[in-house]
Amino acid sequence: MIRRRTAARLALAGLALAPLLLGAGEARADEGDEAATIQLWHAYRGAEEEALQAILEAHRAAGGPPVETLAIPYDAFGSKLGAAIPLGEGPDLYIDSHERLGDYRVRGIVAPVGDAFEGEAAFRSNAVQAVTLDDAIWGLPLSQKCVALYVNQGLLKEVPATLEGFAGLRDTLPEGVFPLAYEAQGAYVHSALLGAFGGSLLGPDDSFGFVGDPAVRSLNLARALIDGGVVPSDADGALVTNLFRGGKAATAISGPWLAADLEGSGIDYRVELLPKVEAADGAPMRPLLTVEAVMLSPEGAKRADVRALARRIAGPEAAALRQERARTLTARADVPLPPGDKLLAAFAAQAEVATPMPSAPAMRATWEPANRAIKAFLRGELDAEAATEGARKRFDDVRRPLPPPASPTPLLIVVGLLLLYGAFSLVRQVRSGELVPALRRSIPAYRYVAHAVITVGLLVILPLVVGAATSLWAGRPETGHYVGLANFVDILTARGGPLLATGSFYVVLLVTLLWTLANVFFHLAIGVSLGLVLSRPTMKLRGLYRVLLIIPWAVPNYVTALAWKGMFHRQFGAVTGLINALNQTFGLSIEPIAWFSHFSTAFTANLATNVWLGFPFMMVVTLGALTSVPGDVLEAAEVDGATRWQRMWQVTLPIIRPTLLPAVTLGAIWTFNMFNVVFLVSGGEPDGTTDILVSEAYRWAFTREAQYGYAAAYAVLIFLMLASVTRLGEWKAGRRAAREAAAARAAQAVEGGGH
Amino acid sequence: MSGSGGGGRQVRAIESIASHLVVLLAVAFALYPVLWVIALAFSGSATPEARVLPIPREPTFDHLWAVISTTREVGDSTQWLFGRQLANSLIVSIATALVGIGIATPTAYALARFNFVGKEGGLRVLLATQMFPAVASAIPLYLLLDFLGLLNSRTGLILCYATTAVPFAIFQLRAAFESIPVDLEEAAMVDGATRFQAFRMVVLPAARPAIAVTALFAFMSAYNEFILAATLLGKEDMFTLPVVLQRFIGEYDAQWEAFAAGALIVSLPVMILFYVLQRHLVAGLTSGGVKG
Repeated sequence: MIRRRTAARLALAGLALAPLLLGAGEARADEGDEAATIQLWHAYRGAEEEALQAILEAHRAAGGPPVETLAIPYDAFGSKLGAAIPLGEGPDLYIDSHERLGDYRVRGIVAPVGDAFEGEAAFRSNAVQAVTLDDAIWGLPLSQKCVALYVNQGLLKEVPATLEGFAGLRDTLPEGVFPLAYEAQGAYVHSALLGAFGGSLLGPDDSFGFVGDPAVRSLNLARALIDGGVVPSDADGALVTNLFRGGKAATAISGPWLAADLEGSGIDYRVELLPKVEAADGAPMRPLLTVEAVMLSPEGAKRADVRALARRIAGPEAAALRQERARTLTARADVPLPPGDKLLAAFAAQAEVATPMPSAPAMRATWEPANRAIKAFLRGELDAEAATEGARKRFDDVRRPLPPPASPTPLLIVVGLLLLYGAFSLVRQVRSGELVPALRRSIPAYRYVAHAVITVGLLVILPLVVGAATSLWAGRPETGHYVGLANFVDILTARGGPLLATGSFYVVLLVTLLWTLANVFFHLAIGVSLGLVLSRPTMKLRGLYRVLLIIPWAVPNYVTALAWKGMFHRQFGAVTGLINALNQTFGLSIEPIAWFSHFSTAFTANLATNVWLGFPFMMVVTLGALTSVPGDVLEAAEVDGATRWQRMWQVTLPIIRPTLLPAVTLGAIWTFNMFNVVFLVSGGEPDGTTDILVSEAYRWAFTREAQYGYAAAYAVLIFLMLASVTRLGEWKAGRRAAREAAAARAAQAVEGGGH
Repeated sequence: MSGSGGGGRQVRAIESIASHLVVLLAVAFALYPVLWVIALAFSGSATPEARVLPIPREPTFDHLWAVISTTREVGDSTQWLFGRQLANSLIVSIATALVGIGIATPTAYALARFNFVGKEGGLRVLLATQMFPAVASAIPLYLLLDFLGLLNSRTGLILCYATTAVPFAIFQLRAAFESIPVDLEEAAMVDGATRFQAFRMVVLPAARPAIAVTALFAFMSAYNEFILAATLLGKEDMFTLPVVLQRFIGEYDAQWEAFAAGALIVSLPVMILFYVLQRHLVAGLTSGGVKG
């Protein structure tokens, strides 16, 4: 008997372990050839990726070691490098934009290129300048990228000399065609305008530069262009591409990537220098210049074969090949432009007028505040001074000095006391003679739970505890220090600002509560109603309806989140299509709604998405719960003359309530922490007002200077709140159960007495 | 009551029409975004335009074909990259479901049937794991997996997914086991079966619907996850499909049609599973309900 039991258990364990063993073999196989191959990471796609592969093939043909490449989305590049390189899992060399160098250097994931650099004469001077930090060269320049003006020659012959002149094109162009399309709400393209007025996003000494006269004047000009119908109001990068590709924009400000998207579109276009700005005394627009460079990880920089490969990727043959195949503008001085390539010539001319993007780590912190300031101003919520001053405060807030190191003594005392208390109560329980027999009785149960305790403890609870402990540290992982409860104090005092300002903990908490309540309400209302309707025995097609209504649950939620975001697009979304159809059919004149410009509408968009995702679960739980409603109770109620409505409220709902309650609790917890929908649909727009606590924590961890400790403090606060609310609920439920038990006993006593 | 026959029929007919209307409205709400994804996946024209009906423009299979036929060169041979990635997704998700259920089932049984020291505390910790946002634990988890040598491997991913799915699975299965009458096992044990045999021969078969549904949830959680997968996996041929999909949408050149085509393919297996298991879905959640 015992042997069979053991065998069964072993079989179960084997089932659980099989993939581990298989996987372990595969992991070992991977490590075997790692020393010889070179790991190269890049963010290229399409023609640029093909060009890179061709260069690597040539290197291999010339006897170089094998190279393994990995394409990583640009947005994820930095965080992935930062996680992988310190652990020795990262690439030996990688291709990235120069403006990240300062940050990478602070994090110790990039090394000077040493003898891979051929000398300054080989490259264009502002490319060399871009990769130089403190007199050392930290990357080999490959190509230069900046935005320029794309002109649709079918729509426009003569380009106005100044930006202001574009207003005159409105009357000459066909209906519905914008004279100019650019990402007006983004700081990246706007900085070209800012540059014309002599401003820059990052000021001297790492201060915030998007303030003062140049900022105000550039913003006013942008507003004038939008108000005059010259520029679409809420175009993002992808929309600019679509507008120009679809012939709905006569010109567009965009980078070389647009040329790749125009292939096969049949649009006859040329590229020109960005226009001059009359309001800035005729100064030219100055876009930001990005230099793509090969960078070496500290480990890679030690290997001669890696340096040789870097040198080849940045060499003249490779540069010529890239220009020819991918049409990227080389950063080399000794490689001529392909004769007759007007596109590259135009970008080369524009690069001369561009400003290299600052590579100081502080530059990264300028984007979020600058983007928000531009959006808030263009929505008309704030005037230019207030918007830019607010942005400066936000920048300073993110860049604020770390809290001073705290003494770890209080923590050690608390931990010590807790351990002491634990040991004391353990000893007391052992002494009382109850614990040991109880433990002995528990042994059979422990055989069933041991593996869960080990795996969940190791892979779920340990990271949680370590993560929670991080909340007592501040700063980047490499340079941080212990600060005690300073992060919590900062959060709970709104970092010294007004307690009810946008983005303060309390306001975000209110939004999160509203979000959770509204979602749970709609999930319940829709789910339970549908459950009730579908459970009617007379209902035809029940099975079909049920299958169709479960579909939202089955589709991956990031897919639907993005689909909903698309439907809420102001110009091209299906919701706008519906409004247009309503207008046409009923002769109404409802304006298309800019969903993500106001808190109420953006919140509604998020809510609609999440309600859509969540109601099927409640419906299914309701259907399940309804099967436990005894038919005779309902019949009895009907005989007693209860109406359908009364039967539902007074019989059915009370009976299914206990089954629904746990599902509602869990659903509420999940909604409270529903990151995907908020992040993907509204992304916190407008101005971070629709962010919930989890997405706010995410921003501190991953977009605001990697303040993991600060983000962890948010996580701990979320946990504490949820845990205490749940405990409160349990306590109340416990009291109710006790009351009901007492009532039942009383009823039984009465019944017993009656007989 | 007499004479209300005709009126009653009329009322019933109106009610029936009303319920169908309500449900049809809900069905439209449920399907509209999905139909948009489908329409986009088959659209040949990329010109943006606000429209009401999700009908593909210039219908084409190009996007679908382009996504499916993604290949890459490895040395001299060509590898069917999409096939590998689809296989990765399926292997990881199925293994997650198996490992997760393997871990959760005995534990849930013990929680439903035994009293032991630490039971209440353990349940509380399990619930607590659902409350702590993953933002803070992602980095420690990464370091831990590196320490275990499981970065960049399917094993690491499976272990993470399975253990993350275990707490919810335990809640579900515990409720299911609790709803199975103890008498059944006791009868089996009177007949000479051990406790474990009773569990295996009597309880497990009775709980099959609940186990199937719980496995489906574990499968889905792994099949749809992309943040952890994007962080842990560093090789293209190791990627799972959500990571691949995510890469179609860059800031400047979002390939929406390709994304939609990919989304369609990715959604298909889960849809089929849901369809197959949908009867169990209600039954699986019925058995005592999800208990927090």
